[in-house]
Amino acid sequence: MTGLGFDIAHLFAGGLVLVSLMLLYQDRLTAMIHVFAVQALVLTASVAWQAWVQDAPHLYVTAAIALVFKAIIIPVALSRMVARLGIQRGIETVVGVGPTMLAGIGLVALSMVVMLPVTATADPLAREDLAFALSVVLLGLLMMVTRRNAVSQVIGFMSLENGLILAAAGAKGMPLVVEISVAFSVLIAFIVIGIVIFRIRERFDTVDVGALDRFRGDRT
Amino acid sequence: MSATVAALLCPAALLCPAALLAIAALTVVANRGLGADRARWLVYGGAMLVCIAAFGVALVALISSARADGQAADMVLPLGLPGIGARFALDGLSAVFLAVVGLGGAAASLYGLGYGRHEHEPFRVLPFYPAFLAGMMLVPLAADAFTFLVSWEFMSLASWALVLAHHRVPENRRAATVYIVMAAGGTFALLFAFALLAGPAGGFAFAAMRAVPPDAVTAGVVLALALVGAGSKAGLVPLHVWLPLAHPAAPSHVSALMSGVMTKIAVYGFLRLVFDLAGPPAWWWGVPVLVAGGVTAAVGVLTALMQTDIKRLLACSTIENIGLIFAGLGLALAFAANGMAAAAALALTAALFHVVNHALFKSALFFGAGAVLTATGTRELDRLGGLIHRMPVTALAVLVACVAISALPPLNGFASEWLLFQAILLSPELPQWGLKLAVPAVGALLALSVALAAACFVRFYGIAFLGRPRSDEAATAREVDRFSLSAMLGLAGLCVLAGVLPGLVIDLLAPAAAGLVGAAMPPQGGLAWLSIVPIAESRSSYNGLLVLVFIAVSALGTAVVVHRLAGSAVRRAPAWDCGFPNADPATQYTASSFAQPIRRVFAGAIFMVRESVEMPPPGDLSPARFRLDLSDPIWERGYLGLAGLVGRMADFANRLQTLTIRQYLSLVFLSLVALLVVLAVWR
Repeated sequence: MTGLGFDIAHLFAGGLVLVSLMLLYQDRLTAMIHVFAVQALVLTASVAWQAWVQDAPHLYVTAAIALVFKAIIIPVALSRMVARLGIQRGIETVVGVGPTMLAGIGLVALSMVVMLPVTATADPLAREDLAFALSVVLLGLLMMVTRRNAVSQVIGFMSLENGLILAAAGAKGMPLVVEISVAFSVLIAFIVIGIVIFRIRERFDTVDVGALDRFRGDRT
Repeated sequence: MSATVAALLCPAALLCPAALLAIAALTVVANRGLGADRARWLVYGGAMLVCIAAFGVALVALISSARADGQAADMVLPLGLPGIGARFALDGLSAVFLAVVGLGGAAASLYGLGYGRHEHEPFRVLPFYPAFLAGMMLVPLAADAFTFLVSWEFMSLASWALVLAHHRVPENRRAATVYIVMAAGGTFALLFAFALLAGPAGGFAFAAMRAVPPDAVTAGVVLALALVGAGSKAGLVPLHVWLPLAHPAAPSHVSALMSGVMTKIAVYGFLRLVFDLAGPPAWWWGVPVLVAGGVTAAVGVLTALMQTDIKRLLACSTIENIGLIFAGLGLALAFAANGMAAAAALALTAALFHVVNHALFKSALFFGAGAVLTATGTRELDRLGGLIHRMPVTALAVLVACVAISALPPLNGFASEWLLFQAILLSPELPQWGLKLAVPAVGALLALSVALAAACFVRFYGIAFLGRPRSDEAATAREVDRFSLSAMLGLAGLCVLAGVLPGLVIDLLAPAAAGLVGAAMPPQGGLAWLSIVPIAESRSSYNGLLVLVFIAVSALGTAVVVHRLAGSAVRRAPAWDCGFPNADPATQYTASSFAQPIRRVFAGAIFMVRESVEMPPPGDLSPARFRLDLSDPIWERGYLGLAGLVGRMADFANRLQTLTIRQYLSLVFLSLVALLVVLAVWR
């Protein structure tokens, strides 16, 4: 691999992590959806670059799926959903922005420390990619944990899935079938979660998942 | 001739449990259509014949393999897991335990013919009884781990059903629960032990395990697991808690089987695992076994001394005897590890001899307790008394068994315990200082327990059979039926026989010892005057016949002299009555007052005894009251503590069931991060 190709791949993957960190401190739903669209764009660029560098045409398909679904359809759908729910205004984070960012930085460091020695024998591009992908996954999880709003949890889940796609694109020889099936299963998950969000809203007049806890019958 | 006989022995032995299972199945199928009376004859009569046959087969195996040794090939039957089959074999060790099961089973069946008549719900006992016997016969015959464990668990479950026979008594239900939990735990330990021995290749046949001895660490773990697994079934302290609960709960002939025979099957399991399959022993193996044996003996006999329920007392005394047997096994391990084959054979033979003896006299004692229960309807020692006048034959049989279990010559208990102490006296020849110090200490514990056992049975016999009746039931007791009496007398007779002719039994046990430690005791059959010489004539010898003759002659002589000098007329005079004629029987020693000195000296710390006397104030006419509080720290601290810990952990885990979505997510997230941190740090 040429030095430039490696650097550009590195740039995109690093950019994805950066956008994930940006996602963490957004406290408006609309802004959050926009950042998520940006993240999907960066992912598209990253996967497309991988397709170019690895000379793997099927990765273009993955990039196209990411562009169409993640960067256009899902953000638009989420925006409309938020508009219909009438909750554009603000979101409350459970943990403050400062600690969340610190935790995010810690997670990025942790995934570097874990991944780099483990994959010492692998291709350097795949190594960096895997480390970044793990950071994105962990950041997505962190987001799901620190948010209370169901919509932002969905965004966290989607960004987690972006990390998976990044890892899949970096690992050579990943079959197209697997990538497509992952993409579609995420879409299905998105639909199901969307329906559930509306059901929650119908029932409880809020999309705060904390409201669900009060209605559980199995508490001892 | 011997080759064909040897080849036929294992199938013949296997026919016995098969026949018993057939009887059990027949009882279930025919059930009430058969009628309680005919079903009783079918089950107990059939089981007795089968048990006698099993005893005969085992005896032939022991006699023939004494001459022509050599491992018989495993018999593979297409049972159990497909493709693996079930393996069976009959070697010296199996034959000894098969003989014990046969003998105990035959006696219990004979007893059951009479005793079973008093059963209120006979069909709660009848189908399980032959199944229980079949399980106990299959365990020693099994020659692969799977068959062994299935038979073992079958035996446990069948006996559990028998413990629950009188399930309307809440105490029995509790006993059965404790029993099944302990049995399951023990089987788990055995399962792990066999899995370790089988290794990754999964050679579950005993022959395959023997061919590949485990490494030192694995073998040590196997020893620990065998101590837990077999020890929990046998009743080693602190795994003994179920035994005084479960054994008395079953009908008396089943109690006799559980106490006299099933605990021996547990000893067999330990022998098979540790002596046969775990490879050559290391020197330290003997220490935990010895210490467990010594502590078990002492704690068991002290617990027995505190009991006022006769069947519980007998069950606790079983714990003591198991302690003696395990001490013998530990000693054999220590000798065998140091290459002292003859000494190891002596210790092992002593333990096996005690296995046989305990099966004889403990069965007889439980039969006696069952007879007392039938005659008086109570098991409380403090409601008995004077039964020797009402039930003379039972009293005689129980007396013989009591003398035997107290290890008095010339009975069999003395012979085996004498051999055990001969083996202990050889311990200074052991090279390791740890063993040199441990063995005499354990020996002292054993000597103490044996003496206390004598006290325990003086108390048992004295309170129950001597003195005056303490209740109306005891005063109007009637002698039990002939079947029960003949079973008791038969066992008592065997106790005398084994005590007077110990050499015969020792020679029969030789194949088992030879198979396990590579040597047997020198043959005793050819010695003059039926004496036994365990090591060398110059060192020690014992002649049961001589002692019997001496006791008989001196007792007769004394009787004659006393009668000649004092006149033979019987005079009846009022008993010494402290100036109060017709004193109440309550003025006699009670069970707990008899035990008081020993309780004060030994048991104060072990049972946290609290005695208090409430004296009424002067002028008050109410009686003074004596209160005695006993508690069992092993149960209260150990087991209840463990149960409390499990409960708290369950409560904690229960909280995990009702978290919020976000808390679950956090849990997943945090565990993922924690694992990653571990990965990062550990590398």
